[in-house]
Amino acid sequence: MSGAFVRIRNGGALPLAKLPEAGFDAFRGELLGELAAGRRLVAFFAAPVDGAAAELWAVVAADGPGTLSIARTRLPDDRFPSLTPAAPQAHLFEREMAEQLGLKPQGHPWLKPVRYRTSWRPGHDAWGRTEGDPILPAVGDFFRVEGTEVHEVAVGPVHAGVIEPGHFRFQCHGEKVFHLEIALGFQHRGVEESLLGGPHRTTAARMETLAGDTTVGHSTAFAQALEALSGTAVPPRAQALRGIALELERLANHTGDLGALAGDVGFLPTASFCGRLRGDFLNMTAVLCGNRFGRGLVRSGGTLVDADEALVADLSRRLEETVKDLRGAAELLFATATVTARFEGTGRVDPATAEALGLVGPAARACGVDQDVRRDHPSGVFRFVHVPVMTAHDGDVNARAYVRWLEAQRSYDFVRAQLAALPEGSVRNAPKPLRPEHVAVSLVEGWRGEVAHVAVTDAGGRFSRYKVVDPSFHNWTGLAMALRNEEISDFPLCNKSFNLSYCGHDL
Amino acid sequence: MIDTLVHLALVLALPPLLTGVIAKTKAAFAGRNGPPLLQGYYDLAKLLRKGSILPAGSTWVFLAGPVAGVAAPLLASLLLPFGGHEAPLSFAGDMILFAYLFALARFFTASAALDTGSAFEGMGAAREVAFSALAEPALFFGFVALARISGSLSLSGMLGSGPGWVTAGAPLVLVAASWAVVLLAENCRIPFDDPNTHLALTMIHEVMVLDHGGPAFGLVLYGAAVKLFVLSALFLRVVFPFNATDPNLDWLAFVAGVLLVAIGIGVVESVMARLKLVKVPQLLVGACLLSAFGMLLLAR
Repeated sequence: MSGAFVRIRNGGALPLAKLPEAGFDAFRGELLGELAAGRRLVAFFAAPVDGAAAELWAVVAADGPGTLSIARTRLPDDRFPSLTPAAPQAHLFEREMAEQLGLKPQGHPWLKPVRYRTSWRPGHDAWGRTEGDPILPAVGDFFRVEGTEVHEVAVGPVHAGVIEPGHFRFQCHGEKVFHLEIALGFQHRGVEESLLGGPHRTTAARMETLAGDTTVGHSTAFAQALEALSGTAVPPRAQALRGIALELERLANHTGDLGALAGDVGFLPTASFCGRLRGDFLNMTAVLCGNRFGRGLVRSGGTLVDADEALVADLSRRLEETVKDLRGAAELLFATATVTARFEGTGRVDPATAEALGLVGPAARACGVDQDVRRDHPSGVFRFVHVPVMTAHDGDVNARAYVRWLEAQRSYDFVRAQLAALPEGSVRNAPKPLRPEHVAVSLVEGWRGEVAHVAVTDAGGRFSRYKVVDPSFHNWTGLAMALRNEEISDFPLCNKSFNLSYCGHDL
Repeated sequence: MIDTLVHLALVLALPPLLTGVIAKTKAAFAGRNGPPLLQGYYDLAKLLRKGSILPAGSTWVFLAGPVAGVAAPLLASLLLPFGGHEAPLSFAGDMILFAYLFALARFFTASAALDTGSAFEGMGAAREVAFSALAEPALFFGFVALARISGSLSLSGMLGSGPGWVTAGAPLVLVAASWAVVLLAENCRIPFDDPNTHLALTMIHEVMVLDHGGPAFGLVLYGAAVKLFVLSALFLRVVFPFNATDPNLDWLAFVAGVLLVAIGIGVVESVMARLKLVKVPQLLVGACLLSAFGMLLLAR
């Protein structure tokens, strides 16, 4: 690696002085080169700066060799040539920066708002909207297929189940879907904007609510970023507890997903059992920290809770009982022919598409993309304890379900081993103040995939930019691709097999 | 006269119990307590007390759907012998009226769905109509086989006297298997449709009645239950065409039999997943072939 890009470690920080601003052409050229060479775009975002339109940042991961690299450039003007035509991974990132800072990626094939909000820089708007114009979510152009036999089906933002809001537009020919366009943004809360000048006193608590089902994932990523920026070491016991919480979160969600997938195809036994078992895993997290979703568990420097011997014994017992039931429910699911007939071949994503879109997590691994932050860019306890990466090859609903089941088993192995041999010592070191003018990259393999946080500090040690990339941000496009040439009646099943976060995307 | 009154009382009062029995069976398989056995009645009582909102631009057709959905199956039940008892109405060729009364109800339900102008409901109507067109031949091939066995052209004749499981066992097995599929398909049960799903895009029957609420939706639910009851009674009579000596015992055996059919449906729903929507026609064509072969076996 040379030129614009500089190596950085997951959970490591880099002084800005060691990361010179590249010229835009060099930045763009090298970034496209990296992506063309099969690297993955972890984060690509714009930060407001004085004296220029914006600073562009890109973080690129090479998952095989396990390297991360970062680059930045300064944009003198609102306009810049879009990278999306050459690198589809940049698609949503460029739409996002257009919306946040009023930048104009020239030649972007489908430049629409992502979250339907006003620009951070008053007077700069990528679509020329004047201030005070109401911005209504999901209102605007949608991709259309023309023809007398083509019809459009619009679903949401209000859905029949108790789920989050999102709008889906299908272009259909009879039952067959030609194209699906997904419009989100209904849950936008202004997370990244509120982090400018942070961290604030409430930031750690708010990080836990970025995506409620990934509380441990996001709070660990945030804590790791702060630790990197401040140079705080985390005691081994706290690292192990964080790992246990992260894997319990994975177990709870994967179990819930298997149940929900069974429910979607009307297979009652697994649906009912997994619904209960998910609760049992959540209760284990509650036993550990007092909250079923793991709030108040992870903080910069370690954890806020410790586990005494009785608690560890209780957790081990619950784990064994719950996993035994889960094994029964999951094995029944995959042994039932009518279920696999329904799962197999539905919602297929081919590996080339998965790599081109930069999919992450189980959705990518189900396509045979061998990638997992815990192995490729390990941090915390995962540097010492290796969790095998589970992949499948068909890229269909069955593969996504089966990868979840395999991962749940590996998580069980991990939690059991950790509970049996928790390191001694304290669980928290006092966090030090953040170092000024540093950048830190923090990745965590959440249950849905890679949770990426990138933090940049200013001269006063405050955040001049804090970027959050939830795995859903990468994967929503994967769902849209999975639906191509599928039956529209299979949409709920495909959707459930990805089970993406709306609020994690909307931030 | 007494028979007719009992017949009417059963067909009016029992149907919601069947849905309760199915729900209880499924709950037992899932390790849950499930809703009360009488939940179907509670739901009806609740819905009938509610107000309802009509979709903008809908016409009288929208409300004709639920009304026809109740009236047609009730009328059809009058042609069907319950257990060993004669049907209240019977004439040569009444099975054609029987079959097309259900088609009439479907016509009105689909029209009511189209009347809302919603893309969803149009989609559901298209599915329902396409699938029922495939289920219809299965029913009729079965009727032909039964007519041939019994030498009668009325439902009471075909089913009333217990046609020969001894003389024509093989064709009857085929017809029974085919009609079991028709029973599940016509009543939108798993593996064809999932009556419990809330996912509008996967629904067949349920999506057509999304916009009905209050008393109209109550009628829809009641009509569906009556249809389930009547078709279960038809199926029951094919697989169990025996008469007891005591007429009261006959009624009891009939009620127990229908509840058993409901339990059977609950078991099917508990142990298998739904079919992919594109596979539904294949299974229905299979059902047609079964009863067609049943008919062929008798053509000599």
